[in-house]
Amino acid sequence: MRYIPNTDDDCKEMLRAIGVRDVTELFTDIPEKIRLKENLKLPSALSEPELKSHLNLLSEKNAGTEYISFLGAGSYDHYIPSVVEHLVSRSEFYTAYTPYQPEISQGTLQGIYEYQTLICQLTDMEITNASMYDGASALAEAVLMANRINNRKEILISQAVQPEYRKVLNTYTRSLDLEIKEIPFTKNLLTDSNEVKMLVSSNSSSVIIQYPNFFGSIEDIKKISEAAREKEALLIVVVVEPIALGILKPPGAFDCDIVVGEGQVFGNPINFGGPSLGIFATKEKYVRNIPGRIVGATTDKSLQRGYVLTMATREQHIRREKATSNICTNQSLCALAASIYLSTLGRRGMKRLAELNLYKANHVKKEISKMRNFSVDMSIPTFNEFVVRSKLPLEKVNEWLLQKNIIGGLALSRFYPEMKDSLLFCVTEKNTKEDIDIFCRVLGAL
Amino acid sequence: MEFPKDLKYSKEHEWTRIEDGKAIIGITDHAQEELGDVVFVELPEVGSEVEQMGTFGVVESVKAVSDLYSPVTGEVLEINEALKEEPELINSDPYGDGWLIVVKISDEDEIDALLSVEEYEAFIKEEKK
Repeated sequence: MRYIPNTDDDCKEMLRAIGVRDVTELFTDIPEKIRLKENLKLPSALSEPELKSHLNLLSEKNAGTEYISFLGAGSYDHYIPSVVEHLVSRSEFYTAYTPYQPEISQGTLQGIYEYQTLICQLTDMEITNASMYDGASALAEAVLMANRINNRKEILISQAVQPEYRKVLNTYTRSLDLEIKEIPFTKNLLTDSNEVKMLVSSNSSSVIIQYPNFFGSIEDIKKISEAAREKEALLIVVVVEPIALGILKPPGAFDCDIVVGEGQVFGNPINFGGPSLGIFATKEKYVRNIPGRIVGATTDKSLQRGYVLTMATREQHIRREKATSNICTNQSLCALAASIYLSTLGRRGMKRLAELNLYKANHVKKEISKMRNFSVDMSIPTFNEFVVRSKLPLEKVNEWLLQKNIIGGLALSRFYPEMKDSLLFCVTEKNTKEDIDIFCRVLGAL
Repeated sequence: MEFPKDLKYSKEHEWTRIEDGKAIIGITDHAQEELGDVVFVELPEVGSEVEQMGTFGVVESVKAVSDLYSPVTGEVLEINEALKEEPELINSDPYGDGWLIVVKISDEDEIDALLSVEEYEAFIKEEKK
């Protein structure tokens, strides 16, 4: 897409064409008293060398590689192979606008098609859309889709689902005729499957759990799936740390209906919390209810393989207010990064990576369990995140760690006021043996 | 174009055949012609309730998607399962094998609101202007 600047003459001509004398006349609908009548208070323009040195000064304020991180809770620090950035930066892909016209965009469309295929393989689901904004909005869309399918009004969501995801879901459903009920978790930090059995009824549209859950614990999907199935409620599984799928049984193996998740971990940096990548996979029988775009493979008139958007009659430009979703775009570049990342690692690489995360996290768990001021429940099966209970005030612990250039865990009291003594730590393959030794030494000395 | 005399019609281009208190419902020859090749039909579940002029499903062709409106109020007794595999029956035989649903009529008076074949033919002529 080109940037087309308008000259003063262009502007005048356009205003004349629509019969307006001045640009300000276009804003007459905005009440006079709240209109800004002066210029924005911005510093005067800098020359290029001045600007560069100013930006350098700003960038030096950022924390750099001198910090080691043990924080997860929704965004995860994984190594990104340089091939990812190299390929996604190619000008054919690096555009703010995703061109979908098959005549000019076979590369982009094939990239999306490969992404859909990889996510299907990873989750063991039948279909995947071209991606969504992020994991949280993908979850909200999944809930709306379940409601479209069974027309039931009640949503059961585990309290062990990422709290910010639950907030986004509340925002999406606030003005709809849907009721959200929360499922409590047990002492083992797992969704209480007995509660699911008690709560689920013929009014339940969907049952939502996270895998591994917000506390890092591996949910027993089978039990919950059976309870949901009995009342014909749809099971939605949220995967916020899908590196875990390198070794965990895929959610599709438990007959769940929709898998949503966050694909940031696949080759996308954390940045300041975005952009991220919403994963959305489901069963083929629901294809006409799925939100977002889908790319399909076909053959052209000379029988060559080609890629096109398909099943588009669900979408806004055709179905208007009856469309399955307001989403008519996708996170193409992030999805492409995910495709490159996944195909670089391959099936075996993903398994090895997941094992590394698991082993390192388990090693740290064991070390912490020996400390006098901290404890870990070793009986809870976890992946690369786990809850640590502290005898010391949580803010103090993180403050001390930060003084030693260590970014500590999430104080769970922020989202769960009753969990006053609990920190959520994350260990990934990026934490070297040296990092882990330093971390354990510092924490153990507290 | 064909419009059987024994049927009732609606302004949304559905036809209704009334037999022993039941309404067999489909879309007219004119509707299938306008839609073009039908590729998918979404029908309600047997046992669900439909309302007169309420939507009961969706018909999708290669060029458009349209809602289906029920000519009468009542319980859905049957749906045409064959359309799942062969939605093109709507094009090839709109008044026969291309039927959509059967509804148990709950209010006979509603039938008076439907159009006769003459009224329907006049209506499409008017619509085309």
